[in-house]
Amino acid sequence: MTAATHHLRSPRHRIRTGLIVLLLLIAGSAAVQEATALSVSEQPASGATAGENPAEQDSAGWHPAWRVLLLTDYNVRIVVLGTALLGTAAGMIGSFTLLRRRALMGDALAHSTLPGIVAAWMLVTSLGGDGRAMPVLLTGAAVSGLIGTASVLALRRLTPLKEDAALGIVLSVFFGAGVALLGITQQMARGSAAGLNAFIYGRAASMGRADAVLIGVAACLAIAVCVLLFKELRLLCFDDAFAAACGFSVLLLDSILMALVVLITIVGLQAVGLILMIALLVIPAAAARFWSQRLQPMFLTAGILGGISGFLGAVFSALFVRAPSGAMIVLVCTGLFGVSGLLGSARGLLPRLRKRQKLNRSVDRQHLLRALFELQETRSSEDTSADRSRTAVPIDTLLEARSWPLRRLLREIRRARNEELIEWLGDRVRLTRRGAVEAERLTRQHRLWELYLITHADVAPARVDRDADAIEHVLEPEIVADLERLLEREQTALPDSPHVLTGPAHSTSSSERADS
Amino acid sequence: MATWNWQFDGWIILTGMLCAVAAALPGCFLVLRRMSMLGDAIAHAVLPGLAAAFLITESRSSPVMFAGAVVAGVVTALLTEWIRRFGRVDEGASMGVVFTSLFALGLVLIVWSADRVHLDADCVLYGALEFTPLDTVSIAGRQIPRAVPVLGTVLVINAAFIVLFFKELRISTFDPALAAALGFRPGLMHYLLMVLVAVTAVASFETAGSILVVAMFIVPAAAASLLTDRLSSMVAISALLAALSALLGHTAALELPRLLGFGSTTTAGMMAVCSGGLLFVCVLISPRHGLLTRLVRRRLLAWRILQDDIIAVLFRLQERGDHPETNLQTMQSILLVRPAGLKLALRLLQYRKLIRFSGDAVTLTAAGAAAGRQLVRAHRLWEQYLASHASVDAARLHDKAERFEHFTSRTLRDELDAATHAPRIDPHGTPIPDETPADAESG
Repeated sequence: MTAATHHLRSPRHRIRTGLIVLLLLIAGSAAVQEATALSVSEQPASGATAGENPAEQDSAGWHPAWRVLLLTDYNVRIVVLGTALLGTAAGMIGSFTLLRRRALMGDALAHSTLPGIVAAWMLVTSLGGDGRAMPVLLTGAAVSGLIGTASVLALRRLTPLKEDAALGIVLSVFFGAGVALLGITQQMARGSAAGLNAFIYGRAASMGRADAVLIGVAACLAIAVCVLLFKELRLLCFDDAFAAACGFSVLLLDSILMALVVLITIVGLQAVGLILMIALLVIPAAAARFWSQRLQPMFLTAGILGGISGFLGAVFSALFVRAPSGAMIVLVCTGLFGVSGLLGSARGLLPRLRKRQKLNRSVDRQHLLRALFELQETRSSEDTSADRSRTAVPIDTLLEARSWPLRRLLREIRRARNEELIEWLGDRVRLTRRGAVEAERLTRQHRLWELYLITHADVAPARVDRDADAIEHVLEPEIVADLERLLEREQTALPDSPHVLTGPAHSTSSSERADS
Repeated sequence: MATWNWQFDGWIILTGMLCAVAAALPGCFLVLRRMSMLGDAIAHAVLPGLAAAFLITESRSSPVMFAGAVVAGVVTALLTEWIRRFGRVDEGASMGVVFTSLFALGLVLIVWSADRVHLDADCVLYGALEFTPLDTVSIAGRQIPRAVPVLGTVLVINAAFIVLFFKELRISTFDPALAAALGFRPGLMHYLLMVLVAVTAVASFETAGSILVVAMFIVPAAAASLLTDRLSSMVAISALLAALSALLGHTAALELPRLLGFGSTTTAGMMAVCSGGLLFVCVLISPRHGLLTRLVRRRLLAWRILQDDIIAVLFRLQERGDHPETNLQTMQSILLVRPAGLKLALRLLQYRKLIRFSGDAVTLTAAGAAAGRQLVRAHRLWEQYLASHASVDAARLHDKAERFEHFTSRTLRDELDAATHAPRIDPHGTPIPDETPADAESG
């Protein structure tokens, strides 16, 4: 058994994740208990929302914004906690579906719940029941969502149609069927279908305590499954062939993942709406990609980002009465995505720019030191009496050797001087002792690589300078050691340059020789 | 709308058809480029463009609104591409980020501007195809629904674009690298197509609603792609299917709910459902990939092979000379098939005049004997060839030859004969019959 499979089956991991899940479940049940207790003590009017009576809240001495943010209002607290948990779970599941390249599957799934919702409402209403009861609608949603998912899979397997077409077909045809059914419901005498619209755009404010508890329980369940099956799902996302070879059923794992998507989509319909539910599954996960290259941190980040979006989105929609909660949650998500894209530590725009700038600077520094060193070298070879590393070089010579603009050269020299690698002598510069050591190391690396290219890669000596330039900045000490062994060089000796030191350095020295 | 009113319903159907065909034309290229979901994304994402233009101009149906929505559509395509490249997520995910964000923004804008302008998100989603005949303009002295000239123009633009740039579209769709190498600029084609998609989506919004546009972008094109492998016929078929689903959709919207005792329902939704129904039919009967077609083809092949097997068995029995006449039971015990299939195959053979019934027993006719001879010859030549040239294990020779014999023509038999140096007996030791009985007598 390979190390990887051993790691996967290690019992210690099971115990640890089991403990995490246990804690999670305890926390979840505690929250539910607290909610129940509060409902007994406060007896809120059902369906009332925080935003509905701003005047009343003001008279209580609280600014409405603070009341909402601090969750003092019972109903807001329930709704906000529910959506936050929903966001967390969706973000976590989303990171798996994103990596499995199934991101838009949730979109087709969410759209295909509409005919089920409407049909369930029609059926139950015409039988005389309460068509707007949540279990009824969610059952209808689940049934038609599963039919939709099955249709996507069937279209993909039984016809030559590609995945994107299959998704688009299921999405539009099912949604069209739902719209057609909605058209009929408007003519039904009994009951009002008005509440059904909440499923399309999302209306967290219409959520009651039971709905929020349902969302919370489903979200906790989904998170628990994600954490328990973390390793298996990770394997599925990155190497399903290996997962199959290890004896995991890829089909079963895929089905579990899709079941999680179905679960979280359906409980999220009321808060976020079926058009925008896909956003909660995709955006936090895509944003978390900016923060880490590893799945575990990405998974946690996606959960946190989703949770924050759910929380803030619900708060905003409670503050601005008319704002649809789904849209607010998604806009918060998008804002977080934008911030992540800018600042994300792994792939964000600014960190990447900074990294590139840092690299550019170090390359410039190394070029400067080596140019200086080689100039000093050629000069001192004619003037044997002088200390090799103590020869000063005029700025003009250096300028020609590097062919940089003067400003860039001066800036680099200033930077190097601040680190005491170079010192000024009037209009000449020379390496300090520390600078000379560093420059010799760099030059040595450069030349070792040149020699390697000439002897082992048959590169023409006239061309090795450029090739070595490209690689010398990333040579690790181990590679340098390998080069030494390969080229049978002494540990410390600095080889002579295998090619004529090009450019003004050479011409200057020859002109000086003519002078003497 | 209890009964059909051709003045009224005719306009609705015409509008629906114009919208459907206008969407189906660029839709073909979306489906072929595997960008179907981009049509969906753009159809959602033009909402903020519409809303912003409403907010600025405070009027509906202005060119500004149109421009705003088209810009939003193109921005979606650009942003999707940018996030895919920059965030290194796959295209679906970046699309999901972009269009949901824009749609959410549009929803919020609509809600905030609801006081000043009447703009209904429902209308944008479902459309109000039923009310198009009420909103008319006067053209050449006749009252024509405003949507008809608008959608007609879009249809003409789309058709003209596809006709004019057919070659460029085709090459950049099937081989973008080749297109770039030949100097066709596939990137430009991509964005032109996106502009068309956005224009179509926006023009159809008010009348048809985004859901119908999305369905018409994808479903007829996908159905057409099942029916043909040629691009030009695919475009034509998808336009036909789109028009057909518009017609069927409106009929269904009027008639279907009546069966349940309700009035009519949303035409746009029903049109989407009907296009789905047409797609389902195509999935069944597609000439190359259809589920039914494949089933029928497999069935026919099985019957052909069974007929071949019957003839070969009869020939072998005749060759051995012990049972010149064979009855059904014997045949069934040799071939291990169900009696119904066997009887059918025998009837077919009798129809082809290859066998003759004499009471319960079956004998080969002269033509049947010749066919059997060829089959058995092919079988034994293959066995000889596989044994001598392909070193196939002796135990597996028969099974392989049994498969090949049905597809071995005269030319192939002659080549096999030559390759194996015209053998007299096969590896099992049975003689290989000659091509014609006359040869056998002379040899």
